Amino acid sequence: MSIMLRCHKGIGPAVTGTALVAKDNFSARYDLDRKAGTFSRPTHALAGQSYAGKILVLDQAKGGVATAWMLHEMKSSGVVPLALVFNRVNPILAQGAAFGGVTLVDRFEGDATDLIRTGDRLRIDPAAGTVEILNR
Amino acid sequence: MRLTDEEQAMLAGAAGEPRRWAIQHQIAVGEFFDAADLVPVSQAHIMADTESLGEAGVRFLEDLAAAPETERRVRIPTLTDPRGLDFQTYKRLGQTEAMAALESRAIVALKAFGVLMTDTCINYQTIMPPTRGEHLAMGDTGVVIYSNSVFGARSNFEGGPSALAAALTGRTPRYGYHLDEHRRATRRFRLDVQPRDLSEWGALGGMIGRECGSYWEVPLIEGIEAAPGSDALKHFGAAMASYGSTALFRIPGMTAESSNLDRRPLAGMPAGRRRSGIETISRADLDAFIAAYGAAGDKVDVVVFAAPHLSLVEMAAVADALAARRVHPETTLLVATSPEIKHAADRIGLTRRIEETGAVVAAGICFYQSYAGEMAAANGWKRLATNSAKLVNIIGGYGYQPTLLSLERCVDSAVAGRVV
Repeated sequence: MSIMLRCHKGIGPAVTGTALVAKDNFSARYDLDRKAGTFSRPTHALAGQSYAGKILVLDQAKGGVATAWMLHEMKSSGVVPLALVFNRVNPILAQGAAFGGVTLVDRFEGDATDLIRTGDRLRIDPAAGTVEILNR
Repeated sequence: MRLTDEEQAMLAGAAGEPRRWAIQHQIAVGEFFDAADLVPVSQAHIMADTESLGEAGVRFLEDLAAAPETERRVRIPTLTDPRGLDFQTYKRLGQTEAMAALESRAIVALKAFGVLMTDTCINYQTIMPPTRGEHLAMGDTGVVIYSNSVFGARSNFEGGPSALAAALTGRTPRYGYHLDEHRRATRRFRLDVQPRDLSEWGALGGMIGRECGSYWEVPLIEGIEAAPGSDALKHFGAAMASYGSTALFRIPGMTAESSNLDRRPLAGMPAGRRRSGIETISRADLDAFIAAYGAAGDKVDVVVFAAPHLSLVEMAAVADALAARRVHPETTLLVATSPEIKHAADRIGLTRRIEETGAVVAAGICFYQSYAGEMAAANGWKRLATNSAKLVNIIGGYGYQPTLLSLERCVDSAVAGRVV
């Protein structure tokens, strides 16, 4: 059993992992403690939670330009999300994913933060533009 | 993507490894956004502070900069955004020798590309104002929104790697704000309130940005009675871009392209986000936004004027507000501006008037890009006061408790040692 979701063609390698979902936005500079690998911004829906190795499923990319460098640095330190799944990203997150080699997809038919639940096992194929929910 | 013969040759490595890396990166980003081709750009602006570069980013720059000079030189005028550290002030601010060493390495690498080390986020005020229709690769959200909105230039947010790629190829993928179809207004706001100072202009920008909440929304703002001026629009745009990832706003009669209203929802936006009609912002709304950051009576650890860099006019306003009073011994007052403005302030005597009060004037850093978390730990800073709504939005993630005050109240708080 699985559910196949279609999205725009993405960036980075195909990956399989576990989803961490929130109806909130994302900036590596504004929201993260990049050493601890947790959401540090007190008002973020995922405040205090660890993102390392998770597939982050969020609404929009926001704010600063720094995320473009930071994903690369995060990848090299190993404390990095496995993949990023968004409803719609801004150029910075796409540039950062391309530079850092982090898997990124967006633009679904429907709201990804409704379609995917925390704990779901996902297989993401950016080249095909698909996200498969393996456990449902 | 459609590539010219020259671009194909770059991709094949005929122009050297830096340009091959650059165009390959641009194609990956361009295809993600369905760009048809690359568009020539006249300037690039690189955000490359060492806090976000990290060791990995600095090593990447060094490796690329090791190519032969003809292969690594930028093809268009290329500027830098603020740096991670000012070598004149870093010790006073609790920054470390390791940070300074990394910063030095980044500067050497960037200079090897032929980058002009302007180290500023107000290059549109101080270096080279953009012109209408000019395609750019600007690497600071505040610079992009001001260039697009006030001047009618055309730039996307270009992160450090992408701005460097644009500098090396002289072009950028044609998507987003390079295209007419993305520049139409998608949301309308009507003001029943006139902001009274720069902190309120920033707060208003923050409210509109937060409401829009997406790079792909373009707010049209009605009800502004008099031309706000450059510093007000600077704070307005920078906060809007910070809270909302917004890259273009329109004010009829004031911004460069203001008559082309089209509220067609953008393709790809979830249906629940589409809105129509006009949203009104009142004095009560604005006051409530600012009050959410209120902290009257609290001890204040650090007062920051930055984000964006101060214009010469703002530097004079800080000097006047201080009026030769002493900053409280348990409070740090930091003023951050561009190297150009710092030189002018030195020459005119503003730097001396500000620093005689115990304040620190830093050049080429913008506080939040300057190891803000490490500075908080080194100095025991928690409560921060500023007149920058953008800074208030960012700095919470670094463990600060920010409060938004007018420039005058910020200065009074620095003197009193508590939020007044």
